[in-house]
Amino acid sequence: MVALTAEKQDHNLLSRMAAGDGHGENSAYFDGWKAYEENPFHPIDRPDGVIQMGLAENQLCGDLMRKWVLEHPEASICTAEGVNQFSDIAIFQDYHGLPEFRQAVAKFMEKTRNNKVKFDPDRIVMSGGATGAHETVAFCLANPGDGFLVPTPYYPGFDRDLRWRTGVNLVPVTCHSSNGFKITVEALDAAYENARVPVKGLLITNPSNPLGTTLDRDCLKSLVKFTNDKGIHLIADEIYAATTFGESEFISVAEVIEEIPDCNRDLIHIVYSLSKDMGLPGLRIGIIYSYNNRVVQIARKMSSFGLVSSQTQHLIAKMLSDKDFVDEFIRKSKLRLAERHAELTTGLDGLGIGWLKAGAGLFIWMDLRNLLKTATFDSEMELWRVIVHKVKLNVSPGGSCHCHEPGWFRVCFANMDHQTMETALERIRVFTSQIEEESLKLTKQMAKKKKCWQSSLRLSFKDTRRFEEGFFSPHSPVPPSPLVRAQI
Amino acid sequence: MKQLSTKVTSNGHGQDSSYFLGWEEYEKNPYDEIKNPNGMIQMGLAENQLCFDLIESWLAKNPDAASLKRNGQSIFKELALFQDYHGMPEFKKAMAEFMEEIRGNRVTFNPKKIVLAAGSTSANETLMFCLAEPGDAFLLPTPYYPGFDRDLKWRTGAEIVPIHCSSSNGFQITESALQQAYQQAHKLGLKVKGVLVTNPSNPLGTALTRRELNLLVDFITSKNIHLISDEIYSGTMFGFEQFISVMDVLKDKKLENTDVTKRVHVVYSLSKDLGLPGFRVGAIYSNDDMIVSAATKMSSFGLVSSQTQYLLSALLSDKKFTSQYLEENQKRLKSRQKRLVSGLESAGITCLRSNAGLFCWVDMRHLLDTNTFEAELDLWKKIVYNVKLNISPGSSCHCTEPGWFRVCFANMSEDTLDLALKRLKTFVESTDCGRMISRSSHERLKSLRKKTVSNWVFRVSWSDRVPDER
Repeated sequence: MVALTAEKQDHNLLSRMAAGDGHGENSAYFDGWKAYEENPFHPIDRPDGVIQMGLAENQLCGDLMRKWVLEHPEASICTAEGVNQFSDIAIFQDYHGLPEFRQAVAKFMEKTRNNKVKFDPDRIVMSGGATGAHETVAFCLANPGDGFLVPTPYYPGFDRDLRWRTGVNLVPVTCHSSNGFKITVEALDAAYENARVPVKGLLITNPSNPLGTTLDRDCLKSLVKFTNDKGIHLIADEIYAATTFGESEFISVAEVIEEIPDCNRDLIHIVYSLSKDMGLPGLRIGIIYSYNNRVVQIARKMSSFGLVSSQTQHLIAKMLSDKDFVDEFIRKSKLRLAERHAELTTGLDGLGIGWLKAGAGLFIWMDLRNLLKTATFDSEMELWRVIVHKVKLNVSPGGSCHCHEPGWFRVCFANMDHQTMETALERIRVFTSQIEEESLKLTKQMAKKKKCWQSSLRLSFKDTRRFEEGFFSPHSPVPPSPLVRAQI
Repeated sequence: MKQLSTKVTSNGHGQDSSYFLGWEEYEKNPYDEIKNPNGMIQMGLAENQLCFDLIESWLAKNPDAASLKRNGQSIFKELALFQDYHGMPEFKKAMAEFMEEIRGNRVTFNPKKIVLAAGSTSANETLMFCLAEPGDAFLLPTPYYPGFDRDLKWRTGAEIVPIHCSSSNGFQITESALQQAYQQAHKLGLKVKGVLVTNPSNPLGTALTRRELNLLVDFITSKNIHLISDEIYSGTMFGFEQFISVMDVLKDKKLENTDVTKRVHVVYSLSKDLGLPGFRVGAIYSNDDMIVSAATKMSSFGLVSSQTQYLLSALLSDKKFTSQYLEENQKRLKSRQKRLVSGLESAGITCLRSNAGLFCWVDMRHLLDTNTFEAELDLWKKIVYNVKLNISPGSSCHCTEPGWFRVCFANMSEDTLDLALKRLKTFVESTDCGRMISRSSHERLKSLRKKTVSNWVFRVSWSDRVPDER
């Protein structure tokens, strides 16, 4: 009794925010991370381990990055070539950021938008990754209880980033597979009219996570028009801007507003980051770019809570100022993304597995609706557990992205080498051929016995391996990198 | 403007305060020995610029760490991908050991209870989010760091209720002041969630005495509330006393593994002790697993850059370096503080006797026209605009008595400090008070020195020198 009272006391001593689930990590979807953490795939050490296909990381051009860093010791403030700048950089905590950093980032943003638009370095505000950027934007544009419209499916982290500490709500704008998950004005209107909270803005991710699609010019214009008409903000998360490949073209909202003369730019904001385009999530480079002066001012003051390390600002300023390197990096990155994407999708095509046609992002949106016993999220969950625990691939189920329809899965491809991709595809081949076998068996048995098959899946696996059902929350939604594992 | 949040439209960021306005004036006209010798000297910035040479020489001897290599191989690719919010294990281990070393290895810090944050700015805000609901209050002794108004209140909705400290006892925290603050919070209808102290204190430059620490621990025990001890200046202690952390007191009172210990949280940073504010390295240390867990998740909003973690874990793991650094840092800070204090004395100005920090708490009450904050602001404006020294007025630190100013000494060269003191002396001598000084300087200084000595005697009170403590 005493222990219970003590526990209750403890609980009351923390804020509801700390004691509650607002961080979103108690969701059953973290089971996949846990499975990977416990048994991560390694081609030699753990060939039967779980392959991580739930992590949207761009690991395909790390070699280019490493080479540049080695060849440019002056970009570091710690090497003999760069240490003369050490003290100046080490004390630099001005929340405006190093001017050369902002200029270099502005130029990079222009480049990734095919130089069709100019970015003003004085509007560049730093943040702790895109994670910090989104939270700051939410703090600036909405009061607790207000809402942002977000088209579904969307990045699961938004539930935490936009809502947890801000008290802001997310109002889903339902998108359907029937039209390729495009955002329609009808869906926007419906969501806006039926919202039970005051709507303050619309958040779009373009290119989309988890879909990998890009918004076309007309659609973007209609979104700008919609938000302008309603007097609400438009926040465009463009962190995958440079991940387009093949024929796909990325059009930024920055470009589109130039074509709308009476656009109220005070309502337009962009969130950017170097985590995806450059594959540098560890360096925590988030950017808020707002056309609203007051928001720039205040977001800048809030950036004190998540400035970019000056050591990193200095490195990035040097790196992004190297025009030749940047051009080469973007070119090769797109080529390699296209290659890896093609590898995965060709493999899936061969197996008759559908995927949403898209030309950007670090993932594909895979269609496994025909493998569901029933068109329900329970069925999706069961299929997902089979994929994670038996096929040993950590993919992200559509339900975790708030997809309206069950059966879709986000599958990442840019965080692995060719060999691992081959292994993943092989496992999927085995999985689908087992399904085919079972299907034939079932058909025969059903014809004989005319009984209903009580299986949890449409088709079940007769597998002797033990099926472990764990629902633990992992330590982290992001598994430790090889760097950490090597040290533990 | 209704399209923006109230956080934007109000001025909860606190940056309309004179503390920040002084900075802005400095930005417009910064002193440079060669390019702008008449410019404003920045004495409002609590930065430690005295020991970069030690770090630079370490870098020269450690090329692997300096160039992000391990065993000669570049690990840039791995670092670029490392975004685990638990932080690098070797970095947290090094941080824990560094914090232990600063406390004379009398207490231990478990690396697993460290949560990294983007500077102590972020660490303090995160702790507020974890401990307080909007409208809850934390008690803070005055004067306090002006940034707390932003860090603790702005986005969290928490409130600060001051614990009034006065010069009559060297601004020490008393039991009656604590109780009064607690009651005041209740009168205002605010639920008190805890007390936050800065130890060593900013802006006072003094470490809390054992008596005060015991008082605080007893107070939070009886009220069942939290204690946050912001110890970001713990490595700047240069007095002959040792730095006593709240962790020392918990250990000495045998409160480890009790509920009370779970309510005591330490905030740390490498911005002051190592002089690396640009790197944004802050930490929360808590014995409460739920706090560690929640704060760890919140740290996603402000993680420490992986390349910075890697560099600093190598630096702090070098025990030869850390012990040499801490010793030398303290020597240089002491010498610089002495220079400031004696320079001020020659201008007829005394300070609170300090034994830590990067600044002195300077008594300019005798220079005020009237004993009011208006007079203080007038004096401050003269010093900023005419004398061209950016110093921080006590009112910006919520001091209850007008006439006190925080003056930093560790962010400039000796020559610049001497010039600043010369300017100040010239100014003082030009005022009525200054003329009085020049007429009877000997008598006045004598009596000022007596006052200084009595302050000194008071702070180093008998209870701190009880033989059975260490």
